[in-house]
Amino acid sequence: MNAEAIKVVLISVGLVAGVSVALGALIVAAERYLLNYGTCKLDVNGGKKVLEVAGGKSLLSTLMEEGIFIPSACGGRGSCGYCKLKVKAGGGPVLPTETPYLSKQEIADGVRLSCQVKVRNDIAVEIPEHLFAVSSFRGRVSRIADMTHDIKLLRIELIEPETITFRPGQYVQLQTPAYGDVKEPVYRAYSVASPPHDNRAIELIIRLAPGGICTTWVFTILKEGDEVQFNGPYGEFVLSDSDAEMFWIAGGSGMAPFWGLVRHMKETGIRRKTTYFFGAVSKRDLFLLDELKSLEKEMENFTFVPCLSSPQQSDEWKGEVGLVTQIFDRKVEANSSAEAYLCGSAGMIDASVKAIQTKGIPKEKIFYDKFN
Amino acid sequence: MTHDPGFLTTMLLILVSAAVTDNILLTRFLGMCSFIAISREVKTSVGLGVAVCFTTTCTAGLNSLLYHYALLPLSRMVPPGYDHAILSLQLLLFIVVIAGFVQIVEMIVERYSPKLYFALGIYLPLITVNCAILGVCLFMVNKGYGVLQSVAFGFGSGLGWLMAIVLMAGIQDKVQHSRVPAALRGPGITLIVSGIMALAFMGFTGIIRI
Repeated sequence: MNAEAIKVVLISVGLVAGVSVALGALIVAAERYLLNYGTCKLDVNGGKKVLEVAGGKSLLSTLMEEGIFIPSACGGRGSCGYCKLKVKAGGGPVLPTETPYLSKQEIADGVRLSCQVKVRNDIAVEIPEHLFAVSSFRGRVSRIADMTHDIKLLRIELIEPETITFRPGQYVQLQTPAYGDVKEPVYRAYSVASPPHDNRAIELIIRLAPGGICTTWVFTILKEGDEVQFNGPYGEFVLSDSDAEMFWIAGGSGMAPFWGLVRHMKETGIRRKTTYFFGAVSKRDLFLLDELKSLEKEMENFTFVPCLSSPQQSDEWKGEVGLVTQIFDRKVEANSSAEAYLCGSAGMIDASVKAIQTKGIPKEKIFYDKFN
Repeated sequence: MTHDPGFLTTMLLILVSAAVTDNILLTRFLGMCSFIAISREVKTSVGLGVAVCFTTTCTAGLNSLLYHYALLPLSRMVPPGYDHAILSLQLLLFIVVIAGFVQIVEMIVERYSPKLYFALGIYLPLITVNCAILGVCLFMVNKGYGVLQSVAFGFGSGLGWLMAIVLMAGIQDKVQHSRVPAALRGPGITLIVSGIMALAFMGFTGIIRI
């Protein structure tokens, strides 16, 4: 290349860079001065709480900064539709980004996606009471144990705050920090597998989902002693207040809520008649077998029924053989007063709901937590 | 620029010819994607059209300034034979200016007029990728317009685009209640209608000669 060509290249690069930098600076300055909305009043539940917040951010992140956690799986990108809230005043019109997630009735009721609503002025919102108990936790991983070849149990000792209050069956959202190609923290929901009286730590049961952002991180990067963040508790998958007989059906990491529940029942002396059907393929997919068997002996009304759909020769399996729905069908008699609790994959739950209904248990007595 | 008697006439001619005889949408078929997608309701098409018109006017002015006071002088500074290399940067620079301008306008509108923001602001990000805007900026260079002439050209082109999309929305209103063959519903009939509209606009050619 000759000197003339270099000069042309330098001038070109300088010109494009100069214009881009000038525009960039203008945009940054505009963001600084124009998108500064000062302080706005945030009224929660008709004056129950009035917060002074800095305007300009989304309602979701503003509430999060004030310690009020709204469930959100996508992290505020408007793609999960979980962060719905009633906005009473000051939310502005419904945006085109929200309409796919809202029904006509919800729009009429003032329901909005809190990640899309920007706090520009004084705003009044309505938040369900149980979300106030939700907060953000910092903890340290004290144990990562292999349950099966693809399921791990994670124990997280709490650092800040030091204790957690929740009802067994509820879930938390574990934060996966940015790693590798994952550029932003991602939150994924996991049921708490530990009982509430063990309130200085939580346990999670996590199954490896091939290609999953969070599970890959748990299985390959996370080590004992690492610090993690999560928020919760969320969810309505909790025991009813009745004395009715219960049937539990779970598969894989669907074990989690029941492993907490059964220990909670033992600790608090709940003596409801309970039969727990746990489905797996072969013996290598079973876990917590000895622990549950000994609880069965200690608790007179609790029965544990592990079911293998295709046990290996080497398993020397003497227990039930068949799909969990078939075993349920075989062992349970018609009982319209019982309740059923299910946790596992969508396919297992759909099949189980059908099997349960044939026993005369009405739909409103069937509670479930679908893992997607 | 001298304000000779011909000045205002020239400006008016540029404006009208850009809007009617040289309608950027119907004779050049630029900005078709939003034209087809957002032309179902008159109200939204007016919103988008006004936003486009505003952006073409302002960016034509800005880019014309950039062209006449940065690109042209620089192209004269480089050794002969290389001036085209510098001038070819216009494509890159015009896009950057359009994108930056739209962002800043969006912020200003959001801040000072929430009402306008919800009426027009939501269309602004859509405009960044509207090729009619870039087309206006490149044509004004081809036509050899000065800064003021470019502003008139930008305004006229935007007005023409606005006119075309509002007309189309009005026609779509009728089309909705007519029996369109199933295979042509949606974009198909829109394209046929815009073709006929283009033919109609061609009737204006020859009225104005500049």
